[in-house]
Amino acid sequence: MELDPLLLSRFQFAFVVSFHAIFPVFTIGLASYIALLEGLHYKTENPVYLKLSKFWIKVFAIVFGMGVVSGIVMAFQFGTNWSVFSFSSANFLGPILSYEVVTAFFLEATFLGVLLFGRDKVPKGVHLFSACMVALGTFISSFWILSANSWMHTPAGVEFHDGIVHMTSWTQAIFNPSMPYRFSHMALASFITGGFVVAGVSAWYLLKGRNPKTSRKALAMCVVMLAIATPLQLVVGDMHGLNTFEHQPMKVAAMEGAWETRTRAPLLLFAIPDAANETNHFEIAIPGLASLILTHSLDGEVPGLLEVAPEDRPPVGIVFWSFRIMVGLGMLFIAVSLASAWQLWRGRLYDSPRLLRVLTWMIPLPFVAVLAGWFVTEVGRQPWIIHGVMRISDGVTPSITGWMALATLIGYISVYAIVFSAGVIYLRRVIQAGPDPIEEAPDDETARPKRPWSAVPFKVDDAAQSAGS
Amino acid sequence: MELIDLTLIWVVIIGIGIFMYVLMDGFDLGVGILFPFAPSDHARDELMNSVAPVWDGNETWLILGGAGLLAAFPLIYAVFLPALYIGVFLLLAGLIFRGVAFEFRFKAQARKYWWDRAFFGGSTVASFAQGAVVGAYIQGFETEGFSYVGGAFDWLTPFTVMTGLGVVAGYALLGVTWTILKTEGKTQEWAFRLAPWLLAAVMGFFIIVSLWTPLAHERVMERWFDNISWLWLFPALTLATATWVLWRIRQRAEASPFLGSMALFALFYLGLLITQWPYAVPPEHTFWDAASDPGSQLFLLIGVLFLIPIILGYTAWTYWVFRGKVKTGEGYAGH
Ligand code: HDD
Ligand code: HEM
Ligand code: HEM
Repeated sequence: MELDPLLLSRFQFAFVVSFHAIFPVFTIGLASYIALLEGLHYKTENPVYLKLSKFWIKVFAIVFGMGVVSGIVMAFQFGTNWSVFSFSSANFLGPILSYEVVTAFFLEATFLGVLLFGRDKVPKGVHLFSACMVALGTFISSFWILSANSWMHTPAGVEFHDGIVHMTSWTQAIFNPSMPYRFSHMALASFITGGFVVAGVSAWYLLKGRNPKTSRKALAMCVVMLAIATPLQLVVGDMHGLNTFEHQPMKVAAMEGAWETRTRAPLLLFAIPDAANETNHFEIAIPGLASLILTHSLDGEVPGLLEVAPEDRPPVGIVFWSFRIMVGLGMLFIAVSLASAWQLWRGRLYDSPRLLRVLTWMIPLPFVAVLAGWFVTEVGRQPWIIHGVMRISDGVTPSITGWMALATLIGYISVYAIVFSAGVIYLRRVIQAGPDPIEEAPDDETARPKRPWSAVPFKVDDAAQSAGS
Repeated sequence: MELIDLTLIWVVIIGIGIFMYVLMDGFDLGVGILFPFAPSDHARDELMNSVAPVWDGNETWLILGGAGLLAAFPLIYAVFLPALYIGVFLLLAGLIFRGVAFEFRFKAQARKYWWDRAFFGGSTVASFAQGAVVGAYIQGFETEGFSYVGGAFDWLTPFTVMTGLGVVAGYALLGVTWTILKTEGKTQEWAFRLAPWLLAAVMGFFIIVSLWTPLAHERVMERWFDNISWLWLFPALTLATATWVLWRIRQRAEASPFLGSMALFALFYLGLLITQWPYAVPPEHTFWDAASDPGSQLFLLIGVLFLIPIILGYTAWTYWVFRGKVKTGEGYAGH
């Protein structure tokens, strides 16, 4: 078989960006949580906040480290595998990605050093300020990268001639039609991810009867936040979908599994889309609901995939199923968050072992929802690399051969497999060791200084060893 | 013509950005290269601790270099990266391993040595790849229109291997002089002993590459031998600086070997620019051919002129926060 450099490049990009995306989505939420904890400790001097913050900073350091190294790969993937696309869109993407570096990456990277190692080297207020700058940096970073990404879905503010993008309006291009929705949706997704991880870990400690004071505090904070964020995500997601319906109707058709254009379009709960025969098998549908959601009228018309030629359609199966996974998980998140909030309000949350166990099971699910969401978005854009302007097959680097793309793909998979497994092992150790117990006098205060990268001090190892033996 | 030549301004900005990268990540990559040669585990802890709080910020200059090229000189971005495809992969894999080693090394118990190796290997491979990029830039690229059309290994020649090794030696020199600055006692003593040898190696590579380049590339030959007069100040200054660094190392000075090594890099870098000027993608495309739209260059310029001083300000501040020696006993060795 011929190795197809285009297909392999797509696999490669999907793999490295999906791997990268796992980390930011967690660190964005966690950075804000840490800044909040630092702020609360600054104000109240309550040691619970300090213990929590010190503990989650250890976790943050590991995850952030993996986010950084995988992000550097992303900055070069555009050039190595998509050089024609990069060259064509450089007038817009270049300044946007550069602004991301000068407004966000430097801020995060520099203040991270102070956040991790500077607690005893700078005044308390300055340390708090550093925590805030790291959190702010993660948001600025998402703003720019999602602007760039949204522009590829809903290009605006540019003219395209001689194969090159030329700017006509920076504001229109940066705040392109899908940008506000994608940014809000992603910001909420980050809070939801961070929230469920912190809540899940705290619930696990409570089940084990460890660190009750800190864990209760953390769990309560997260549950309240999640009870607000998860329903809000449904609302934002709905608005996001309506925006997509306006600008990328074929993506929505794939999400809905709609082949024929019709009024009173049904909402499919289950189906096996069959692209070869342009139909679905085993449909389970609620009549009229898709029309109602998308057009706010039962008689609204929903265009189907048959509107465009087969080569202009996105791959239906992946989009259809990823969408259902994301929305299904979204509903589950709402249910779990509201149930937990209800129990919290009744004062029963900490003694509901079943609910606590469910919360620990939730830990991996937001990551699944996020990746599913990105698969909907990105695969649904196919066959375009810039929607309606440039096809994916026109964007790939001409000099890449199949074996080059395959060799580096295997290379990235191997490198990431090693890094990821090691990261997970070390994260487990940190979590097993847990926060310093609150009852203990905070004597490690003096031992802690300037032990660089001591985000995880030696104690962790001791604890892990004793836990293991 | 316009009043201000934006392209020229961007050459200066990108030039400074890349130079910042070379200086700053250079010394922390260098520390990685020296890692297995350190006299003890304790010294290794010190070495790593001396760069842990700042390496991430240092590496960000590389990302700025990449994104800045895409913004101001998309042709360079779109030709260099495909042409160096395999080399870029090695560079990134190296940076990944050394980057996570910071985090993982102190957490791994029995496997600590594994991450020592990852830190060394990653740093060395990444440095070599960067040197090879310099060599490939001197060598030139086969292009058609806006695209690279050469093969996967065109960049890998004896000449680029030489520049690659040269950069490994150069970064090791920066690393060792940084170690002199940041440590004391046995570790510093070891660095003092190693520094002259690395200086000699760097000068050796400098001489070989300086002779090889004009002999192999006619364009370079004309540049250097047609304008005999002031250009020759550069090699002369380089030799003078190297001698001064050696003298200061002998005197056991702590800061000036590092400063002097940085000055050496500045001279190499200027020499390279003079050699290549005005070609962005040799042998055909100049910086002006490679430039993006003036509107895009201007849009970014406004922000960059405002933000770079701020970035330099808070970067300097963190170096100030973490100033002074890495103290003995502060590392992990005792635990
Ligand atoms: C600024 C641009 C940008 C951003 C922020 C993202 N992507 Fe993307 N994505 C692209 C730019 C892009 C691209 C360059 O346009 C690709 C490469 C190949 C393609 O079809 O589009 C792409 C493809 C692509 C594919 C393969 C689609 C296919 O070829 O069928 C997947 C699964 C993802 N991306 C997933 C993600 C994830 C998980 C992201 C979260 C960080 C993400 N994308 C952010
Ligand atoms: C495909 C496009 C992407 C590229 C080219 C890219 C590039 C990068 C780079 C180069 C870094 C390292 C910065 C450093 O050294 O500090 C990074 C980290 C980061 N990226 Fe991405 N990224 C992409 C997608 C995303 C998305 C979609 C988000 C989230 C909305 C995101 C958010 C972040 C954040 C918050 C960091 C900081 C490190 C971390 O949290 O782990 N990136 N990215
Ligand atoms: C609760 C109901 C939800 C709805 C109705 C919804 C709706 C949508 C829609 C329509 C898209 C595609 C946008 C496009 O590109 O055209 C999308 C994308 C996405 N979703 Fe959701 N979503 C929901 C829940 C969630 C949850 C719970 C998460 C993660 C925690 C999540 C994460 C994402 C991500 C990361 C993307 C890709 C980025 C983007 O385009 O915004 N979504 N969502």
